[in-house]
Amino acid sequence: MAPRAASRLESLGFREVQLYTAGKLDWLAAGLPTDGENSTRPRAGTVCHRDVPTCALTEPVGEVRERVRGAGWDAAVVVDGARVVLGLLRADDLAKSADAKVEQAMSSGPSTFRPYVPIKEMADYLTKHELESSPITTSDGRLVGLLYRSDAVREADGCPDCARKMI
Amino acid sequence: MPTLIDRGQVQEFVAAGAQLIEVLPTEEYGEDHLPGARSLPLPQIDADSAKTITRGQPLVVYCWDAA
Repeated sequence: MAPRAASRLESLGFREVQLYTAGKLDWLAAGLPTDGENSTRPRAGTVCHRDVPTCALTEPVGEVRERVRGAGWDAAVVVDGARVVLGLLRADDLAKSADAKVEQAMSSGPSTFRPYVPIKEMADYLTKHELESSPITTSDGRLVGLLYRSDAVREADGCPDCARKMI
Repeated sequence: MPTLIDRGQVQEFVAAGAQLIEVLPTEEYGEDHLPGARSLPLPQIDADSAKTITRGQPLVVYCWDAA
């Protein structure tokens, strides 16, 4: 749409027309501010827990479990050195053999969502798919935080449906 | 041909005074738009609406993605 708009503007005599090809999706995925109705409502990125514990593939589950539970958590996100999400250690994964490596115990390839998704849509999705929690990541897969369904449902109370679905 | 720019260049152009134009339907503009952008949906771009755009200043046009 934007390429056609830019060409149309040029046909109307405008000479310095720049085309932001990646568009609003790219802007939102970068976590940059916007104006508009949604900008005042909670989104996945504002409700998620950014302080969620992380761990590496090669760590023993027992060590991670001790650290995670000691900090009051029941889950950890498995990331690489660049904080790209590789997996999720949910409560039942953390209960696995202490000697197992995280790589063997984790839930691989969890569904991830972008920070800009309205919390109402997140709540509906997590409820429909019976997901207890999901990692929120940037468009290049880097961890932003962990969103719990219970938080999403609570924050979504009273939020209207959005005209455009973002999942 | 329009010049293709990325997110960082958008910020530079806007800081330098460029006009930012979202060409999506007004409903989507109302939900979310880049700060400072104005709404001019593609079907409404014509000689009349062009009069509302300041000439002589760069324009940055965007929609949802590259489509």
